[in-house]
Amino acid sequence: MSILIDENTPVIVQGMTGDKGTFHAKEMIEYGTNVVGGVTPGKGGGRHLDRPLFNTVKEAVKETGAEASITFVAPAFCSDAIMESADAGIKLVCSITDGIPAQDMMRVKRYLMRYPKDRRTMMVGPNCAGIISPGKAMLGIMPGHIYLQGKVGVISRSGTLGYEAAAQMKEMGIGITTSVGIGGDPINGSSFLDHLALFEEDPETEAVLMIGEIGGPQEAEASAWIKDNMSKPVIGFVAGLTAPKGRRMGHAGAIISAAGDSAAEKAEIMRACGLTVAPNPSEFGSTVAGVLGA
Amino acid sequence: MDVHEYQAKELLGSFGVPVPKGAVAFSPDQAVYAATELGGWSWAVKAQIHAGARGKAGGIKICKTYHEVREAAQELLGKRLVTHQTGPEGKPVQRVYIEVAEPFERELYLGYVLDRKAERIRVIASQQGGMEIEEIARTDPDAILQVVVEPAVGLQSFQARELAFQLGLSIKQAQSCVSTIMNAYRAFRDCDAQMLEINPLVVTKDDRVMALDAKMSFDDNALFRRHNVADMHDPSQQDPREAQAAEHNLNYIGLDGEIGCIVNGAGLAMATMDMIKHAGGTPANFLDVGGGASPDRIATALKLVLSDDNVKAVLVNIFAGINRCDWVAKGVVQACETVDVKVPLVVRLAGTNVEEGRKILAESGLKLITAETLAEAAEKAVAACQGKLQAA
Repeated sequence: MSILIDENTPVIVQGMTGDKGTFHAKEMIEYGTNVVGGVTPGKGGGRHLDRPLFNTVKEAVKETGAEASITFVAPAFCSDAIMESADAGIKLVCSITDGIPAQDMMRVKRYLMRYPKDRRTMMVGPNCAGIISPGKAMLGIMPGHIYLQGKVGVISRSGTLGYEAAAQMKEMGIGITTSVGIGGDPINGSSFLDHLALFEEDPETEAVLMIGEIGGPQEAEASAWIKDNMSKPVIGFVAGLTAPKGRRMGHAGAIISAAGDSAAEKAEIMRACGLTVAPNPSEFGSTVAGVLGA
Repeated sequence: MDVHEYQAKELLGSFGVPVPKGAVAFSPDQAVYAATELGGWSWAVKAQIHAGARGKAGGIKICKTYHEVREAAQELLGKRLVTHQTGPEGKPVQRVYIEVAEPFERELYLGYVLDRKAERIRVIASQQGGMEIEEIARTDPDAILQVVVEPAVGLQSFQARELAFQLGLSIKQAQSCVSTIMNAYRAFRDCDAQMLEINPLVVTKDDRVMALDAKMSFDDNALFRRHNVADMHDPSQQDPREAQAAEHNLNYIGLDGEIGCIVNGAGLAMATMDMIKHAGGTPANFLDVGGGASPDRIATALKLVLSDDNVKAVLVNIFAGINRCDWVAKGVVQACETVDVKVPLVVRLAGTNVEEGRKILAESGLKLITAETLAEAAEKAVAACQGKLQAA
C-alpha cells in the first residue's frame, strides 16, 4: 500500500513554472507521479509541461480533483502557499523550501489545526527532500533510481543521509515502501511520530528506519510512542555524535541547546525504548538486514 | 544571528521597553563624550561582545568620573575578553557601551524563547534575577514562572498580569511590568527573534521595570525581511573562517580536528564527521556545500578547509542526486587545478552516474585517493592523515 502517495494520487505543483518547479515536476512526471496541474498566481489559464496552470489552489482542486501538493515557492511566500493549500482542502502538502522563518511555520501549524481532524491537511517538511513510494510515485526531489521497492518504511530529517541509507539498503536487496523526509527545520509540518503511526497501519510495511539528528524533542517523543504502540521493529540512528554544543549544524533545527538534544542522549533513549540503533552511518543497510532477518 | 547588548536594547527601546540611557563608543574619547552627553553621576562601561558572563571577567566597570570612564574604555577596547562563555580564545572588544548607572531595588528574570516542543513562544519569568536560568531550574524549579503564547492571537495582557502578580511587585510596579512584558513580546515577534533574555530585569526606585541587560538572537531565515536586524551583524565576533564561508554562502563550522570535510547535505555532513571519529580520526570542520556542487563551489570549499593549519587530510563526500557524479568529478578535478592541495585528498562519490564520475577521477592524473563507501572513505582519510596511506 505504502503511505501518503501512490501512482494514483493527483498532485499539483505550486510554483511549477519556476526553474526548480519545472525541473522537479518533469522528474516526478517521468517517475510516474500523477501530476495533474500547477499553480502560479498570474499564469492561470496557461499550460506547462502539458498540464493546466491555475491562479489559485482552490481553482486547481476544483478543476483537477488534486489531493496533494508540492511547493517550490520561495521562503518569503511559502507559508502563504501552504496555508492556501490547506484552505483549499488539499490533504497532503509537501514543502521542499529551505529558509522559511520559524515563526511562519509556527503560524502555519496553528493554521492547520483550525480544521477538525477528519479535514486536516498533513504537511511534510519544510526543508526536506520529499516523499517517495518507490515504484509508484515521487513527491520530492530525490533521485528515484537509488530506491528499490520493498517492505521497509523510512523517515528522515536529512535528505542526503536518507539517500545514503536507501542506497545501502538497495545494495543489500532491501526495498522501501515509502521514504518520508520530515526536513531539517525546528518546527516542521509532521514529526517522526506522525509517520510511524501511518507505517504501523500500512500492511506493506514490515519495519521502519528512523534517521534523526541533534536538536529537538521529536526522536525522544517517537521512541516513547514506539515503546507503547508499535508492533513492527524500528531501526534508529542519530547523526551528530561529534557536533559541538550550541552550534547550528546546517539545518536550522540541528542545534544542541537543551537537555536531551544531543545524539548520544537520543541514541540512548532509542535503545531504552526497544529500537535497534545502527552503530554508525555506514551500517544502515546491515542493521536493517539484521533486524529483518532475525 | 546574535547582536550586542546595546543593539538589543536599541530594538527593545524602540518597542517601548524601558532601558537605561546609554550610548555606544568605539574609542576612549567617544566613551568620555558619551558620558558627558548622557549626563548622570556614574556610568557602567560595558564590553560589547557576543557572549555573556562579562561581569565576572572584568568586562563591566562602574565609573564615577570621566577619567575613570576613559581608563575603563582604554582597558577594554582593542583586547580580547575571555569569559566562561567565550572559550579560551575570548572575543575581541571593539565597542563599549556607556550606560547611566541607576540605582535599583530588585533583580528579576524575563526571557522569551521559541519552544520547539510546544511550537509556540514561551515567556519565562522569575524573581531570581541575576542568576543563570539553568541554575534556577536546577536549584529552585518552582521559582520559574511560564506562560505559552497562542499563535492565533498573540500574547494577551492577562498572561502578562499572571506573571507580574507572581513576581511580588507593587501595583504600580506590576503595571510597568505588564507593559514591559507585552512590549518585549512584540519586539520578539516583530523582529523574528529566536531568543530574548533580560537578566536582570530590574525594578527602579521610582517603580519602573527596566531591562538592565539584554541578550537577543534572531532567526537567520527571517533576516531577509528584517533589514534593521540584519544590518546589526558584527563579523568580528565570529570565527573568521566562518565569516568568510558565510560570504560565499557555504555552511562552515570550524572544529579542532585534523580531517577536513566537504559534504553535500547537513545530515550527511554530520554523519561523515561521525564516521571519521568512528574510524579513529578527528573532524576539522563541518561543511555543507548544499545542492550546488559546481567546480567554483568545490574550489572555494577546498580553499576554506585548507586554510585551517590543523588539516592533515581532506575528505570529500558527495552523494549526487540531482547533481551528477560526472559533473561533481569534473568539479573536483577543476578545483584541484586552481587550488594547491598539499595534503592527501580522499574523494567518495555516490549516486547518479557514479561510474562515469569515478572514471573521470581515475583518468584525471590527480593524486587522489578514491573510495566507494562511506566507511571506506572515512578509513582511508584517517589512514592518510596518519601518513599510512598515499595517493596512487
